[in-house]
Amino acid sequence: MTANRLRDGDVVFLTRSGEWALAIDNAVLAQEPQAVAALELRAKADEKANLVTGAYLFGAERIGGNLRAQHIRERIRAQGPTIRTDLGKQAEGTAGAFAAVED
Amino acid sequence: MYRYDEFDHAFVQQRTSQFRDQANRRLSGELTEEEFRPLRLMNGLYLQLHAYMLRVAIPYGTLSSKQMRRLAYIADKWDRGYGHFTTRQNIQYNWIKLEDTADILEALAEVEMHGIQTSGNCIRNVTTDHWAGAAADEIADPRPIGELLRQWSSLHPEFSFLPRKFKIAVTGAPNDRAAVKVHDIGLRLHKNDKDEKGWEVMVGGGQGRTPMIAVTVREFLPEIQLIPYIEAIMRVYNLYGRRDNKYKARIKILVHEIGAEKFRSEVEAEYARHPSQTTEVDARELARISKYFAMPTLEKQSRIAPHFEDAKFKNKDFARWAKNNLAAHQIDGYTIVNISLKPEGGIPGDATGEQMRVMADLAERYSQDELRVSHAQNIVLPHVKLEDAFSIWQQLVKAELGAANYGLLGDIIACPGLDYCALATARAIPVSQAISRKFADMDTQEKYGPLKINISGCINACGHHHVGHIGILGLDKKGEEYFQITLGGSSGDKASIGSILGPGFAADEVPDAIEKILNTYVKLRQPGEEFLAAYHRVGPQPFKDALYAAA
Repeated sequence: MTANRLRDGDVVFLTRSGEWALAIDNAVLAQEPQAVAALELRAKADEKANLVTGAYLFGAERIGGNLRAQHIRERIRAQGPTIRTDLGKQAEGTAGAFAAVED
Repeated sequence: MYRYDEFDHAFVQQRTSQFRDQANRRLSGELTEEEFRPLRLMNGLYLQLHAYMLRVAIPYGTLSSKQMRRLAYIADKWDRGYGHFTTRQNIQYNWIKLEDTADILEALAEVEMHGIQTSGNCIRNVTTDHWAGAAADEIADPRPIGELLRQWSSLHPEFSFLPRKFKIAVTGAPNDRAAVKVHDIGLRLHKNDKDEKGWEVMVGGGQGRTPMIAVTVREFLPEIQLIPYIEAIMRVYNLYGRRDNKYKARIKILVHEIGAEKFRSEVEAEYARHPSQTTEVDARELARISKYFAMPTLEKQSRIAPHFEDAKFKNKDFARWAKNNLAAHQIDGYTIVNISLKPEGGIPGDATGEQMRVMADLAERYSQDELRVSHAQNIVLPHVKLEDAFSIWQQLVKAELGAANYGLLGDIIACPGLDYCALATARAIPVSQAISRKFADMDTQEKYGPLKINISGCINACGHHHVGHIGILGLDKKGEEYFQITLGGSSGDKASIGSILGPGFAADEVPDAIEKILNTYVKLRQPGEEFLAAYHRVGPQPFKDALYAAA
């Protein structure tokens, strides 16, 4: 589950403890429909509580303890612009382990 | 340049304080996102991939040095030290915080700027020729009409909830640099044999997912009838334009669905129905506005510029830049300087705060305090003495703004693409950078001649790929980026939509594909024949053969 933080627009991910984290690796992975529903409920509540906006689920898998988003769009959100690696999460120590563009 | 009157000041100030209140209410939770979204969009604030994005209007692309410095200040203070000049002559900031936005709007309002008309289903910021008021080929400066349209359309209650966004472009020159035929309404100035001014009104052009060339509904509309006539067009659109399907809501769909004849007769009927005197252009008001755009008093210069000629003789790099980046001015001894924001391997349209300040200083010192933003994502110094060109070039080079590729292959137009944009399906900028690097050699670029390469990161076509001589459209195929190539587009006088050549390419295959296309052109061109002309003469087949035959 991901969203943008309301006050500054930063990309955030829902963690196991129900907080919103900047790094994708802290995101909780929902495996079953029940878990998916719980994440959706939590996100809706936090949208209502004005913490985040535009929450949605995206596909990802855990590989060796790190989270890899299936789609390049989400990998870019988790890293920052591929053309300015001096900016965004990749420059702020909150990037994921998987590069946006894979060779 | 146009200066705000009390009314303009009051309404922009009012908007800024309204937004501050709205943003506070959003942050405190009084407003839901659903309620707030249209309000922020009406002030140019979008939510993109990494943060909020603020789009600031630069009406008809004209800026003073003071305004450019303020844009630099905003980049440094509230963004990450840079901004992105867009294909609609605006600027976007990519890393904006909601909680800072009201302060930014206030900083903009102090220099007569804002983000109104950069989003939403209203009449958007009017665009025009970036050489307006300076170009040698011009009949008259189109900006007074641009300003008139701005005043008339800003927050116009009847036209604030149109079926879809609405873009107007105006040109006062016979050589169209404003792409008037691919706008919802395009206006082109003509003069008749009695030396009277009249406007050709074109409607229903556009790009996006359904690109279309506008049709002319009036050949020669007297200037005073301009507003009432456009009102009639807007009313017909407001009434008949589709609201059930976002993708069929633009006026181009209406015009082409009911046909140009029927559309024209509807507009004429609507026009006849309403007594137009209330919105007829008041000659005094237009004269008042026009005064702001009068050609500045330029010191008389000799037609021959010995320092300029000497510098060209002694410095080959300067000579090349002068050949490619300067354009003919109306006044002897003056020139138009085109600053390319397309350095080798750079990001089209991006400028740092420092670079903006350099350009502002140059404008203040050498160009009557004036700058322009072009839809090709470059910056223009409109009124420069030829004798100053060498000094300007030296300072530009120092600031890494000396690219000599204006109008050539390296002058690529690209949207922000999937690196920033929430709508994008593929990254446009890396493809642009790869092409720019591959063809970095200026002799090679000059060998290929005038060329427009346009890259869009999705079907919405902000990179204007449909009208690129070579257009590149980035799409998503099962999670992989791939790129379609179109040839033969043009936004010029004989506007045309490019045709898809064949199956798409992976990102890293695109530069080689471009090379094959260009080498094919070099082989078949006639002496002096430019790429676009050659394409129109021979059609797509030779290019298809070159690209796909071996495969």
